[in-house]
Amino acid sequence: MTDSRETILAVRKLKVSFSTPDGTVEAVKGIDLDVKAGETLAVVGESGSGKSQTMMGIMGLLAGNGTVTGSAKYRGQELVGLPLKALNNVRGEKITMIFQEPMTSLDPLYTIGRQIAEPIVHHRGGTFKQARTRVLELLELVGIPEPKRRIDSYPHELSGGQRQRVMIAMALANDPDILIADEPTTALDVTIQAQILDLLNSLQAKFGMAVVLITHDLGIVRHFASRVAVMRRGEVVETGATTDIFERPQADYTKMLLAAEPRGRKEPPAATAPIVLEGANVAVDYATGGGLFGGSAGVFRAVDGVSIRLREGQTIGVVGESGSGKSTLGRALLRLIPSSGRYRFGATNISDFSRSAMRPLRRQLQLVFQDPYGSLSPRQTVGEIITEGLYVHEPQLSRAERDKRAIEALKEVGLDPAARNRYPHEFSGGQRQRIAIARAIILKPKVVILDEPTSALDRSVQGQVIDLLRALQKAYGLSYIFISHDLSVIKAMSDYVVVMKNGRIVEEGDTDAIFEAPRESYTQTLMSAAFTA
Amino acid sequence: MISFVLRRLASAVPTLFIVVTISFFLMRFAPGGPFNLERPLPPQTMANLMATYHLDQPLWNQYLTYISNAVTGDFGPSYIYKDNTVAELIGKGLPYSIQLGSYALLLALIGGVLAGTLAALRQNSVLDFLIMSVSTVGVTVPNFVVGPVLTLVFAVVLAWLPAGSWGDGSLRFLILPMVALALPQLAVFARLTRGSMIEAMHTDHIRTARAYGLPPRVVVVTHAMRAAMLPVVSYLAPAAAALLTGSAVVETIFTIPGVGRYFVLGAINRDYTLVMGTVVLIAIFVIVFNLVVDILYGLLDPRVRHD
Repeated sequence: MTDSRETILAVRKLKVSFSTPDGTVEAVKGIDLDVKAGETLAVVGESGSGKSQTMMGIMGLLAGNGTVTGSAKYRGQELVGLPLKALNNVRGEKITMIFQEPMTSLDPLYTIGRQIAEPIVHHRGGTFKQARTRVLELLELVGIPEPKRRIDSYPHELSGGQRQRVMIAMALANDPDILIADEPTTALDVTIQAQILDLLNSLQAKFGMAVVLITHDLGIVRHFASRVAVMRRGEVVETGATTDIFERPQADYTKMLLAAEPRGRKEPPAATAPIVLEGANVAVDYATGGGLFGGSAGVFRAVDGVSIRLREGQTIGVVGESGSGKSTLGRALLRLIPSSGRYRFGATNISDFSRSAMRPLRRQLQLVFQDPYGSLSPRQTVGEIITEGLYVHEPQLSRAERDKRAIEALKEVGLDPAARNRYPHEFSGGQRQRIAIARAIILKPKVVILDEPTSALDRSVQGQVIDLLRALQKAYGLSYIFISHDLSVIKAMSDYVVVMKNGRIVEEGDTDAIFEAPRESYTQTLMSAAFTA
Repeated sequence: MISFVLRRLASAVPTLFIVVTISFFLMRFAPGGPFNLERPLPPQTMANLMATYHLDQPLWNQYLTYISNAVTGDFGPSYIYKDNTVAELIGKGLPYSIQLGSYALLLALIGGVLAGTLAALRQNSVLDFLIMSVSTVGVTVPNFVVGPVLTLVFAVVLAWLPAGSWGDGSLRFLILPMVALALPQLAVFARLTRGSMIEAMHTDHIRTARAYGLPPRVVVVTHAMRAAMLPVVSYLAPAAAALLTGSAVVETIFTIPGVGRYFVLGAINRDYTLVMGTVVLIAIFVIVFNLVVDILYGLLDPRVRHD
């Protein structure tokens, strides 16, 4: 059915390259792509596949060191090499874009009303005052509450989801022919994600523009796209109707991508397994504002009376959207931040332990962070990074013994032991996360708190890290608290799930129960948002 | 907004007090005094002078007297310009200095922002290289070199402009001292603007503006420059203070009857009250300009708006 539609954007042999100090890097290697009127084409790929750079190249938005060659014809008009003035008649008028990060994509210094009006005024003429009626209409259309009041708001006064709605209003302002959405929901919480995608969908049905959806998220693709182009390393490896791609993938890479969705489930530990870590009535307050001339000081309760019991060999998944207090809970359980409540580690009551009293216990209580780039010191070798804890907790070890332990740990996480003489920047995101895990397990801990350990990773790499974590757990009887906003990862990793919202537990229970029969409406919303596919 | 300004002005009082206190005692602990001349005065004359100016009293007593007088606007008599009070001296010179200084500040700001923006938009071009080299020279060459060179070229050789003096106060007389005074600050503004413009041009919202086909002028002026002005605006206060103190040299070279020379002469002659007067003047300047900067900042950036 889509084949009968007219092709409105024809990309042929498009190449994008960047000149870098290390020579020319080809980000897009001569791809062909068609966008048909009114369709939703998903361009799928992992980071570095060139999916964004393809669109940036077509739209003349490459960084200063980038060049684009080949052809991209919009309704017969060649866009590649088009003079700026002529290109500006297409950009923002016929083809519009929305981006991943709605906070930074909007100018913080102007009201949203003015920013939405800008493309109208520049393409259609008239004054900002005249455009105001149209802007109000658009705000209404994208579901911003109280448009009359909101039109004079600044981006920082809106939530992430509202900002993305503002971007969409801007994109719709001139009734575009094609809307390019570059990872439009990646920076948003799952429930917001679903709302934004539904909005895009309904607007497309209403106005009939084509949507090019650039994403790494296969769930979104399956639900919203009519056709899919799979990209890898600057090439299109497969194109086809969405159902064909998902049911009969041809290219090996597509098959691998589909298989990389986290699978499997974890058996709960025996009911008699001893409790290794317990926090009862955990509460954490943060001071907000305040100060000599800054007005009244406030207190924000990030975690509000949460109780949690972790058994040996158990994985508790903590789910929640940003600001739900899940990361703060993890840090409170490790006694890393000031908090109230009662805490036990094994048989020891650690509620009143000071920093120095906690220190000997630290080797058994480890933490792995989300950002594998920020959490490894760039000036230490991998060997120094992972053995650092041994200096504190096993100072009696000789240099050779420490090195032996480093080799073992690296082998354990599936890295070449030679890695210990290299620096973090030489490794990929997935490899870095393995290094961070090696740093935790080298101390032979009992409890590891994993704070979004897979969120910064591509799906295929995510799967590998999950497999590794499961294998390590089995081998050493580790107990995990697995913090994530990603429900499919939580489902694959944990045997018990805690759903958090605004610092409280909304619902908790065995993984199967939570996923198959959620009782609370918030959990239900979360589930339906995440598994729309 | 009004309460913000009032709050800030109120907090200026303790700042001024601390500045006055520290400079008062520092000045007194420096060796020498206002009447230590090359040929020592007879002891009796010295004692009389000290008594006249109450310098024979205990230091803390002098300090209290000074503070209580200063609060009423009485900064005492100058020890060197004996016929004048400090307030009179500053009152006479200040209008000249303020006029020269504000022209120089405008020149530095507008010239620096324009040069910096051009350099940023043509990053790594010959123009960029040229502007940045000239601004390095501007920062490194002191104005007691720039002043005479300007005089030599434009007043002596080309004879286009007068070599010095306030004259009738017309622009003709002001151009050379203004340029000499402004050049170092212009160079700093240019470098600041270039850096923040380059950064601003790489932000996501500039990409959005370009993606929506906005004309380059709008992208650069409306969106990039406004963001780039934030660090530039913060430099206004230090620049104003630097212009005020820089006027010491420039006003001397161009024989302009401003307050600049008092900074130097007062300190060299241990003219305690004159030094204190200039210190208070500079402190007030810095405080006022910091307030202006904060207000401008609030106008430019809605995220730091003061209510």
